[in-house]
Amino acid sequence: MIPSRRLALANIWVAISAFAIAAAMAVMQALSRADLDLPWRTAKMYYLSVTAHGVLMAIVFTTFFIMGLGYVVTERSFDRAITMKKFAWGSFWVALFGTLCAAWAIFWGKASVLYTFYPPLKAHPLFYIAVALIVIGSWGWCWVIIHTYLTWKRANLDARTPLAVHGYLATIIVWILATIGVAVEVMVMLIPWSLGIVDKVDPIMARILFWWFGHPLVYFWLLPAYVVWYTLAPKIAGGKLFSDPLARLVFVLFILLSTPVGFHHQFMDPGVPAGWKLFHTFNTMWILFPSFITAFTVIASFEVAGRMKGAKGWFDWLEELPWGNPAFSSVALAMLMFAVGGFGGAINASFSMNAMIHNTAWVQGHFHTTVGTAVALTFMGISYHLVPKLLGRTLQMSLLARIQPYLWFGGMLLFSVANHQTGLAGMPRRIYQFEYGGSEIADQWIAGTGISALGGVFLFVSSLCFVAVMFGTLLAGKREEQPAIEFATPLEQPGTKARILDRMGLWVVVAAVLILAAYAIPIINHLSAETFGSRGLSPF
Amino acid sequence: MNVDLYEKIWMWAAAGIIVVFLASIAFTTFGQAFTPPSHVEMIDPETVRTDPEFSQPGVTIHEDGSATVVMQAFLFAYLPNEVHVPRARPVTFRVTSPDVIHGFQIVGTNGNTMVVPGYVSQFTTTFNRAGEYLIVCNEYCGLGHHNMFARLIVEDMGGAR
Repeated sequence: MIPSRRLALANIWVAISAFAIAAAMAVMQALSRADLDLPWRTAKMYYLSVTAHGVLMAIVFTTFFIMGLGYVVTERSFDRAITMKKFAWGSFWVALFGTLCAAWAIFWGKASVLYTFYPPLKAHPLFYIAVALIVIGSWGWCWVIIHTYLTWKRANLDARTPLAVHGYLATIIVWILATIGVAVEVMVMLIPWSLGIVDKVDPIMARILFWWFGHPLVYFWLLPAYVVWYTLAPKIAGGKLFSDPLARLVFVLFILLSTPVGFHHQFMDPGVPAGWKLFHTFNTMWILFPSFITAFTVIASFEVAGRMKGAKGWFDWLEELPWGNPAFSSVALAMLMFAVGGFGGAINASFSMNAMIHNTAWVQGHFHTTVGTAVALTFMGISYHLVPKLLGRTLQMSLLARIQPYLWFGGMLLFSVANHQTGLAGMPRRIYQFEYGGSEIADQWIAGTGISALGGVFLFVSSLCFVAVMFGTLLAGKREEQPAIEFATPLEQPGTKARILDRMGLWVVVAAVLILAAYAIPIINHLSAETFGSRGLSPF
Repeated sequence: MNVDLYEKIWMWAAAGIIVVFLASIAFTTFGQAFTPPSHVEMIDPETVRTDPEFSQPGVTIHEDGSATVVMQAFLFAYLPNEVHVPRARPVTFRVTSPDVIHGFQIVGTNGNTMVVPGYVSQFTTTFNRAGEYLIVCNEYCGLGHHNMFARLIVEDMGGAR
């Protein structure tokens, strides 16, 4: 039924393995930050593990999971195999080879530059080459899905694009537009510089290109989670999708609004004029809109599920939902946490408020509610649903699976609230210690880091549950015919309404125009000004 | 496209909230003249330590009682590592780096800027509370990142002189 299930599973296993290593890094950091004296605790180890955690979670776990899930929903939606299967395997090996190169550079202490790798911090050349290989591998995956879609489209000219594929095409468009920035940064600037072919790089130009990529990156993570929320979760809850056209509209809005917003990560940067930062702020705020729609549509779909099971009152439909099914509870909890993250994000992106929280612990508090819960918990939850079907084996240790989303949610609540609070109290992010010469101000952060460490322990236990269930199912699951993967049907079929939402070519053009409007003038101005490059240092 | 009545109301409310957010940003930006530090001035990072201004970092108190603080941020300290500035008078910070990117955050205030080699970061703020403040590096810069800090003492220095 999923002809390329081996390919999909290969991607998912890489993702889960990266997740497991990164989770171990995370718990060490959480304990270290609470100033617990672990025997192996050194500054070098700490910054190495922050780099490893960031790269493995934010790049490797997400990208490989997204690619695996993409193959599954594409083949299931079209009811046919992907085209170019050999090329797809080739792309997988390229991305995996890149991942192994990055892992070597990081774990051998040659690339403690964190996952943002801002020059003039200089890593081993292999680190940048690895980043390029992962991106190139992911582009191969993009092309396979696009080619499969176009092949299907030629044979089904009048059919609507299945919603899950529509969402994935949006994901791919966002990813391609985003990775142009990082590809130019890495291939044109950083690889030649790290190899010694050019002497100097301009750190602000590198940051502009990085954040061209860095913000839409979060929608590359989020949109596949939205595909799960819209097309799989309502079915798992036992209901129907509340509105198909609005879901399509949401994906289109993300194509348009994801990229022309990067300067809201550079509010505190010198060398970037305030006017352009303000322009990006206005674009950023509108990204809240499609997520507001999503909150309504998905929760309404869950209400439909509750009512189909007989609920009549205002809130009793909540009781009818399958809270014991981790595939459902993880999505519901992910959405709840995302509500917090969304409003926090609006604060981060506020031109004037950002100065209070920029680069403080607040930031890690924020993105662990978004990518760390909205996205990661959704991916874990849907793994419980999909991996047994792909393997043809029954889920093992289902009790662990059942409690895992709640452990994650509780742990993240502690971790995130504590980090938001210490961030507001001024604690910087990514610091090994906070002695600061015996400062009384810094002393006040210790309670928060203790709570955050406790949260970290909960999260680690939750991670162990997830990894144990997954590998247990792979190794010991009973071979048994599994029910097919089913997408939610909408309350009302889209028919021929709002067909324009399916015209991805048009939306790519509009998105490109918006990116030009946001970036062309500031980049041209920056390149034509006299700037001084930096030679680079590796103080790690 | 049919949109459910409640969802329509929700969408208008969501758009309304975003307009309120944007209006409050516009108010603080244009009404209170608050902009994040966005100074555009270039300097060769290799000349920072011989530059006439940055090789003599420190505090200058001006005639009108306002102050300019010139600082270097480098691996892994600030120079000078203690500065005294006047209370209730505009204080302009000018900071640059000769090596990698650093942060410059005055804990408990909205004084916060990146310090990027090749660029001069500059912002002006006013401290209304006298006392000791902590300046920390909030951008990872290497293994001594967490040891990078300075003290800022805000004190009454009398009115305009």
